[in-house]
Amino acid sequence: MQQRCKVLAWITVIWGLTSAMAVAENSAPSIVLQSTTSTANSGLYEHLLPQFYTETGIRVHVVAVGTGQAIKNAQNGDGDVLLVHAQSAEEAFVEAGYGVARFDVMYNDFVIVGPADDPAGVTGLADPVAALQKIADTGSVFASRGDDSGTHKKERSLWWATRAQPDAASGRWYRETGSGMGATLNVAVGMGAYTLTDRATWISFKNKGEHVIHVEGTQALFNQYGVILVNPERHARVKAAEGQAFVDWIVSDRGQQAIADYRLDGQQLFFPNATVK
Amino acid sequence: MQDFGDAFALAGQLLVSFDPDLREIVGLSLRVSVTSVLIACLLGFPLGALIAVGRFPGRGLLHVFVSAMMGLPPVVVGLMVYLMLSNAGPLGSLQWLYSPAAMMIAQTVLITPIIAALTAQVVADLNREYHALFQSLCVPAHRRVAALLWDARFSLLTVALAGFGRAVAEVGAVMIVGGNIANLTRVMTTAIALETAKGELGLALALGMVLMLIAFAINAVLMVTRARAVERAYV
Repeated sequence: MQQRCKVLAWITVIWGLTSAMAVAENSAPSIVLQSTTSTANSGLYEHLLPQFYTETGIRVHVVAVGTGQAIKNAQNGDGDVLLVHAQSAEEAFVEAGYGVARFDVMYNDFVIVGPADDPAGVTGLADPVAALQKIADTGSVFASRGDDSGTHKKERSLWWATRAQPDAASGRWYRETGSGMGATLNVAVGMGAYTLTDRATWISFKNKGEHVIHVEGTQALFNQYGVILVNPERHARVKAAEGQAFVDWIVSDRGQQAIADYRLDGQQLFFPNATVK
Repeated sequence: MQDFGDAFALAGQLLVSFDPDLREIVGLSLRVSVTSVLIACLLGFPLGALIAVGRFPGRGLLHVFVSAMMGLPPVVVGLMVYLMLSNAGPLGSLQWLYSPAAMMIAQTVLITPIIAALTAQVVADLNREYHALFQSLCVPAHRRVAALLWDARFSLLTVALAGFGRAVAEVGAVMIVGGNIANLTRVMTTAIALETAKGELGLALALGMVLMLIAFAINAVLMVTRARAVERAYV
């Protein structure tokens, strides 16, 4: 009995110590950044945030979800800054009073990837709409995000421009995964499907299998990222000063340079294009 | 199936190198899940015992309710806790969203029904043996519950372990309320989900193996402790 009490006491002491240490760690000023999986999974934030921390002493906690969910979370006031890629949804967010203002931050592009043997014969097509039309015509399997993310919104807008009706083929050649970019790429590789992905996620993705890029490099596949401070008038608990510091930094010369400096396997993943300085 | 080979090698490497990131993730996983189990036991043991021996209107309904809650999907629990703790929700002022506290709440909600339902079964079985004795000695209800829980303590350890297994293995709830924030709310299961999303299947599997190993070690230690205690208790 006595021995058991001793063991219990030790467990309690160790527990208390680890908990106390965790609390001490969290004393620095911090903000929550609602952002997308493409920016987080590509390692961009591991490159940017330490630099931001050394310059300002502010820690940034990144919650990486689909653009749709990120915007929803920010609407609920569960984040101080929003950095996503769905310009019209971002503008609607600001217009509805949830955000202070939206600024361009950087861009890259979307690509259509698919199996190397290219059953739909889309390799090298300049027009992504024509490529999707061919995929539909040949009934080749296409994996859609189906999760209201920025990439999904882009994909839907491309489908609208075609004559195809992917929704009518849902479950047959059009497969909606309802999950993140990485999970969807795993699915696409697993079942030999085409899919639309942003280039940053594709370059950093490690389970490419036999998949390659088929369609790329046109204006129609442009992918713009924007940053917004969540409106402190709407949600009093938004850390306006720290959040503004982050917005100011990422559109400043230093922040823009830091984005341009990030490379993976020798390739630049994001191209800064902020217009305000 | 090269990934399996890679994963074994990586898992070994991770364990040997005692990687600081991994240490932090494992530490947080344990801190969150063990705290949740402790709170869930504090709530679930008495609740289960009450269901087993109590005589009050609605007892049957409560029992069915608690049993049904064992099947709660973690994602649903996560969503409920998110809506409560969100700045737009009723408990937003606590500022607990995206913190380990939120994860503990979600896991506690998730496993308290499991602990309560299993406790009810264990205590009900024991109560059949003790019932006549309690009746003849006119033992009051709260003393009965205390005596039953104490005498069932070795079985209740298994109940707690079942709760711990569920807590440490779930990913849906902690992903939503914790946000999988690096160095703050990233635990084993959300790290595995993240590495899978990055296509780092070998690393994801290796992390899974580390998680299994930890669960194995904890179960082994508690089983041995229990066996020793049982020996001492009955000599």
